[in-house]
Amino acid sequence: MRHVLSVLVENEPGVLSRVAGLFSGRSFNIDSLNVGPTLEKGVSLMTISTHGDEQIIEQIIKQLRKVITVIKVVDLSDAKAVEREMVLIKLNASDSNRAEILRIVDIFRCKVVDVSTDELTLEVTGDQGKINALVNLLQRFGIKEFARTGTVAMRRSMQL
Amino acid sequence: MELTGAQILLESLKQEGVKHIFGFPGGAVIDIYDELPKHQIEHFLVRHEQGAVHAADGYARSTGKVGVCLVTSGPGATNTVTGIATAYMDSIPIVIFTGQVPTALIGNDAFQEVDIVGITRPCTKHNYLVKDVRDLARTIKEAFYIASTGRPGPVLVDLPKDVMQARTEFEYPKTISLRSYNPNYTPNKKQVRKAARLISKAEKPLIYSGGGVISSHAGEIMTRLARRFSFPVTSTLMGLGAFPGNDPLWLGMLGMHGTYAANMAVNNSDVLISIGARFDDRVTGKVSTFAPRARIIHIDIDPTSIRKNVNVHIPIVSDCLNALKALEEELEELEEINWEEKHSSWVKTVKGWREEHPVKYETGETGRIKPQYVMEKIYELTRGEAIICTEVGQNQMWAAQFYKYHSPRTWLSSGGLGTMGYGFPAAIGAQVANPDKLVIDIAGDGSIQMNIQEMATAVCYKLPVKIIILNNSFLGMVRQWQELFYNKNYCATCLDTAPDFVKLAEAYGAEGYLVEKTEDVVPVLTRVFASPKTCIVDVRVEPEENVYPMVPAGASLTEMLLV
Repeated sequence: MRHVLSVLVENEPGVLSRVAGLFSGRSFNIDSLNVGPTLEKGVSLMTISTHGDEQIIEQIIKQLRKVITVIKVVDLSDAKAVEREMVLIKLNASDSNRAEILRIVDIFRCKVVDVSTDELTLEVTGDQGKINALVNLLQRFGIKEFARTGTVAMRRSMQL
Repeated sequence: MELTGAQILLESLKQEGVKHIFGFPGGAVIDIYDELPKHQIEHFLVRHEQGAVHAADGYARSTGKVGVCLVTSGPGATNTVTGIATAYMDSIPIVIFTGQVPTALIGNDAFQEVDIVGITRPCTKHNYLVKDVRDLARTIKEAFYIASTGRPGPVLVDLPKDVMQARTEFEYPKTISLRSYNPNYTPNKKQVRKAARLISKAEKPLIYSGGGVISSHAGEIMTRLARRFSFPVTSTLMGLGAFPGNDPLWLGMLGMHGTYAANMAVNNSDVLISIGARFDDRVTGKVSTFAPRARIIHIDIDPTSIRKNVNVHIPIVSDCLNALKALEEELEELEEINWEEKHSSWVKTVKGWREEHPVKYETGETGRIKPQYVMEKIYELTRGEAIICTEVGQNQMWAAQFYKYHSPRTWLSSGGLGTMGYGFPAAIGAQVANPDKLVIDIAGDGSIQMNIQEMATAVCYKLPVKIIILNNSFLGMVRQWQELFYNKNYCATCLDTAPDFVKLAEAYGAEGYLVEKTEDVVPVLTRVFASPKTCIVDVRVEPEENVYPMVPAGASLTEMLLV
């Protein structure tokens, strides 16, 4: 099963390789990994999307907690978390299909961030399902470049 | 007062109470060696950096203190890797200081530069590159703290040459707190109570103890517990010595070369109390058939050990010592139970297994010396009071089976990594730490040659380590597998070209003895154990002797090949 882990780490040289090396050395999977600074100086947040059975996920979480520079690990895979990813897509946009693409852009609430005579670059955010659906629809126009950030996630506030 | 990095390093070691270090100099650490004679730290010059790490490891295992070594950059650093991985697999507290090229040259492929922090990341508990002399004292404090607390392990500190030369104000931190590292020493009370209740209902309880009992100094309380509540005890290779090997409740080691009684007891037990052990594949055999009738209580300080290989019913994350203290209290609070009577038929059953198939060997038609006989005699002559180090392979298994370990920290062996060449340098470290004890390395003719260069170290520092080579002219354990599972295809396991070990010993200034007849074993060993010098005893043993019992890899523990 797919799990999204939020991993708070000390921002020091080598911390990324400690975490990445842990996954490769123990044959765990990384589907995506995103790292960025937090508001607290010296602390970074990694969001790791991974998959495995229950026992593997338990090991991944415990092994991450064992890394000396890891401060906190939270499993965000239940429904009570918000998950987003941003993707940039550059695709063919000839005169004949530009209108069709823009309709899809509209439906998916993408943004056009760059345009030329025969190409369009789109920015889209969403969860994995939305992004996969969009890619399926756009593929027939010819996607020329594709860059995604990997998942970031956060626990939802308490429901009132 | 301002001190240089080198001075800070040595002052910090003093603050940590370090009296002995094992090392080998080089360009990147000359500044440290330049400073060394001014300090009250005794340095042991090894002949290969791997030897330095194993010696620090043997020092640590035999005392419980942190072992320390110091090597140079590049090849000096890479030569430590096997030793570090050995200590990591067996959770041994050591701190390794490596030299590094000056910070300005890092990443330039400079002479004798290697990214040792990158290389050792997966085989250290933690490691550091110190880029600023102002971070040095704190880093050393952290290194010792991390190495020796929680589940212990090796920590490496990489020291660029310019950092050793730079100056700063020295103040050694008194306390330390790391927000991301807080090992849990105390057990959850509820879990302990649940465990006590489960134990009270057990009819066939069994203690399965491991190296954690030794590292947390819990051997004594475990022994008291086992005797008070009448629990038979088996242990892993790493756990030997925690429970006295001459106690009636002792079943011997379990696992691949475990005793019949221990493996049968695991198979039939209804409550398995695992203490500081990690369900390694050499212990469990086929995992799905391991302890099939048992509810399992698992005490371990490392949460990752729990449910890594085997599903357990009552996990207790804690230091073994505290967990056993708490468990003892809970068991005493239960309503009156006559434990001895309650477990008497179970204890009788396991003793029956032990009598049915004790560890034994056939005394031979060939008239050649049996390696097991040598181990038995070593036990008798030392009355179980020596520190026994081993290499890896058949020699290690016979040393585990035929010598009874009476107390913790008298058995030093590379259990997890299985490092040939470990025993001799580890014996050197143990002898440095225990100058008044008899320290013996049980070796094979293959493994002794992996760190034989340390003969010079032992002789130089007048360390009277005794090396007993069980010489069968084979890489015996691999040959045994080839015999049993590979149609006797003895490819690359025959060591028919070997040095004359007697001459070799003499060449180094040590004593060498050749033993070819069974009747010479005792007289020669008696003489050797009384000698004040480093000795090699080359015992020519039965070449194709096998280690039994044996559970073939991947088979269930009950599928033992017996003598």
